[in-house]
Amino acid sequence: MSSNEIVISARDISKAYNIVHQAHRHTTIREALLHTLRHPFERPPSEQFWALRDINFDIHRGDVVGVVGRNGAGKSTLLKILSRITTPTTGEVRLKGRVGSLLEVGTGFHPELTGRENIYMNGSILGMTRKEIQSRFDEIVAFAGPQVENHLDTPVKRYSSGMYVRLAFGVAANLESEILIVDEVLAVGDAEFQKKCLGKMHDVAESGRTVLFVSHNMGAVNALCNRGIFLERGTVKLVGSVSEIVGEYMASADSIEGERYWNDDATAPGDDRVLLRGVRVVGPSGEVTSSVASGEPFEIVIDYEVREALPQFRMAFFLIASDGTTAFYTSDGQVSEWQGQPREPGLYQSVCKMPSDLLNEGRYGIMIKADIPMVANIIEDQDSCVVFHVERTNFNGEPVEYLPGAVRPTLPWKIGVRALPAITSTVVRSRKHH
Amino acid sequence: MGLAANTPDTTKVVVIQPRSSLAFLDFGEIWRYRDLLLTLAQRDVKLRYRQTALGVIWVVFQPLLAAIIFTVVFRRIAKVPVEVPYFPFAFAGFIAYNSFTSTLTKASASMVQNTQMVSKVFFPRILLPFSTVYGSLVDLAVSLFIYAILIVVFHLPLTVGILTFPLWLFLIQLLAMGFGLMAAAVMVSYRDVQYALPVLVQFGTYATPVGYPLGYALTQLTVKWHPFMYLNPLSGLLDGFRWSLMGTPIFSWPCCLYAASCAVMVFVLGLVYFHRMETRFADVI
Repeated sequence: MSSNEIVISARDISKAYNIVHQAHRHTTIREALLHTLRHPFERPPSEQFWALRDINFDIHRGDVVGVVGRNGAGKSTLLKILSRITTPTTGEVRLKGRVGSLLEVGTGFHPELTGRENIYMNGSILGMTRKEIQSRFDEIVAFAGPQVENHLDTPVKRYSSGMYVRLAFGVAANLESEILIVDEVLAVGDAEFQKKCLGKMHDVAESGRTVLFVSHNMGAVNALCNRGIFLERGTVKLVGSVSEIVGEYMASADSIEGERYWNDDATAPGDDRVLLRGVRVVGPSGEVTSSVASGEPFEIVIDYEVREALPQFRMAFFLIASDGTTAFYTSDGQVSEWQGQPREPGLYQSVCKMPSDLLNEGRYGIMIKADIPMVANIIEDQDSCVVFHVERTNFNGEPVEYLPGAVRPTLPWKIGVRALPAITSTVVRSRKHH
Repeated sequence: MGLAANTPDTTKVVVIQPRSSLAFLDFGEIWRYRDLLLTLAQRDVKLRYRQTALGVIWVVFQPLLAAIIFTVVFRRIAKVPVEVPYFPFAFAGFIAYNSFTSTLTKASASMVQNTQMVSKVFFPRILLPFSTVYGSLVDLAVSLFIYAILIVVFHLPLTVGILTFPLWLFLIQLLAMGFGLMAAAVMVSYRDVQYALPVLVQFGTYATPVGYPLGYALTQLTVKWHPFMYLNPLSGLLDGFRWSLMGTPIFSWPCCLYAASCAVMVFVLGLVYFHRMETRFADVI
């Protein structure tokens, strides 16, 4: 799909923020004036923080580029510069064609306005003209679904959060631009709707337009993108094909092998309802490990704190293979004594027993997902928080035979022995029927 | 498909680079976003009356009530002499003053009130303060309709001066927008403006010739106060506004001329200042 024409070229872009230390920060004129009067010659002690440094890359028409990186790598800043919300401190970006950027779903939505009015509001903020919105109106409404269609003239404050998001995404999905910049907006909505959105992005890419997609979800990046940019601490670590990028991303997770804990409420994944406290891989003798043998069982232990009584709750994880694909998803939802049971506040531990001979050799990531089934997602779309290796060995540590595939399960086989003539006679008999 | 007609500039190259503060407004871009300007303007008007029981009646009540109070205070108690019936005189003053303050107040709050938009989407920021003028003009139209009734009730004169009415209105809005742009840009960093403005607006109701003619005020005040009356650009603009609407004499033409040039200057300064600060908005807000 990609052509030789360069549509985005970034040359040496850097962005510095001045971080004024809290004690010297003034939010009222009074404070600022008083401070200047007392210390007339002092310059406020501020630190220059370089969110981006010397970023260079070219993107060709028709490329679907995944922008990946850990939190704080500069992804959001890069997006803000490319979508012209903020200017770079140095450097230059050239963009060819109309840019549509979705850093958020439903920007400008107002609760008092009706669905119809919000379509026009949101559409024009995204840069569509009224004429364009009119011509796309039916498609937007169709994308949002029948529930929204029946309440087009109701203020959106009466919408359910699902309807709200569907309407907002309906507008965004129908934004036509040569370059589309999408932040992790796909993280909203239910699974079915997410699939619909991914499908829409795929269509956009198919039609030869250029897409920049920022995500933590390596599965989505792998499925959608053909190229990637890997940012690390404000610099470009790698520009390349999507498989190179995803591989590098997975490999860069060295510091979080085997186990990870969050003691600080501010950094722990989750929200007021549930906070993740720890994830670890535990080997057969009960020790935390970053490397397990394919021939041995092991456990994945998830500690979390429920801070608010919940009618229902489900802890789950995606097991991500090194190429970014999801090997599988599994949850504690099938534990029968907890099914449909409320969770009182307290500390919980969900343990998943992984049987021996399930995973093939390689590097795997655990991506936690916690939700109230069918109601709300509490933790999702994180990085793989813990990474571990599976060695191709048996329980004694001796190498075993190489097998292809992501998994090498021992499945119950049966071998029957039948006499050859018996089979022939069956065939002959069945032929007679015809 | 939806793209076709309205954007012939599909191959236009946009260059993003650090902007020098001398670069001037991109009027082409503002023009391309004209539909957003309209949508923003209409949104404000719709929202203002959506959840109020009496809706548009408030627009009528505010200046009517204020004019009644002024009639009691300035006419009955202070015995301010006017050439026309006092009630419509004060009412006309309030129409003009309210159109000034409503644009000023809304424009100055426009950036802070739309923080989310400013930090998440690109569009010419100046559209936010600009869009507030529409709301002020809608209110003004309603008030003018009431004034038309007053013309009949009080047998007020209509002169050729009425032809210059749009000019005075334009100048008042220009002045309000100039101050509004500056206040909006300052408010991004310092929210003090939010609290200072209502006080200034209140003060201005009395310091500006809303309830008394400029000439009468000057005869009552000692000379050392005169410069303050002259320097207030609203003095001249209100004088001219009322002259065009009800034929009250203009106290001083030079004062009107000063006010008009002041309005243009403040507007240009406001534009330049807003534009200079614009690049910081998304980072600071």
